[in-house]
Amino acid sequence: MGNPFVFIILAIIAIAAATGMLLSRNAVHSALYLVLNFMTIAVFYLTLNAPFVAMVQVTVYAGAIIILFLFVIMLLGAEQLRGIAVEQRGERWHRLLAMVLAVALIGVFVYLIIIEGAPIGGEIPLIDSSPTELGLLLFENYLLPFEITGLLLLAAMIGVAVLGHSKEESDNA
Amino acid sequence: MPSSVTIEWYVALSVILFTMGALGVLLRRNAIIIFMSVELMLNSANLLFVAFSRYLSDLNGQVLVFFVITVAAAEVAVGLALIVVIFRTRHSINIDDVNLLKG
Repeated sequence: MGNPFVFIILAIIAIAAATGMLLSRNAVHSALYLVLNFMTIAVFYLTLNAPFVAMVQVTVYAGAIIILFLFVIMLLGAEQLRGIAVEQRGERWHRLLAMVLAVALIGVFVYLIIIEGAPIGGEIPLIDSSPTELGLLLFENYLLPFEITGLLLLAAMIGVAVLGHSKEESDNA
Repeated sequence: MPSSVTIEWYVALSVILFTMGALGVLLRRNAIIIFMSVELMLNSANLLFVAFSRYLSDLNGQVLVFFVITVAAAEVAVGLALIVVIFRTRHSINIDDVNLLKG
């Protein structure tokens, strides 16, 4: 399922980018680290015989969603929270509890991986994952979910328009 | 060094990324960073979908990724609109300041 060297290098970049996103004080830097993480995952998709998903990942996530994030950050001027001290206010035990929960989460997953182990050996056959095949599958087996997705996007669009419409403007109109 | 990557490697990477996203939600107070952490968690799930799609030679996993991406896009749009509205009324995106429903 891939070259171990490629996997390790990509995994290190992905984890480092995620760490950078979590730790950086500036929200714009966090967004840029997130782009790096999304790009790395897109390369993972390429190595996993999913070229179309990789391209969708780059355009939708690294393109549209991150642009939306950056747009909102810069619109609000919210690169940093007002005063770092406010963020630190008496949250020691919160941090401790979060770390304990994270360790517990990883522990449960590792336990599950170990007891479920035993991978199938040998070479796994490559399947045709061209956009044509994906499209056929999407419109033959997943037509109803596809339509519901369209409805969901419409609902989200109307919701955003309603939320974004400020009171003062409607009073003036 | 093993000669080929097995599915466990991808599960492990996905677990690490998911836990980091969960930690981000728990630790950070900036609402925008919390949304980014949620995106990270969704991405780790997507990575696992594609890895298992390859492992089982089944294209259905890749189709599910599209649905996850669509839901994530809708969620981000609505979430960021909510953040903008909250910022307008409270002039802050620190989630500790958004405690109006607290008794």
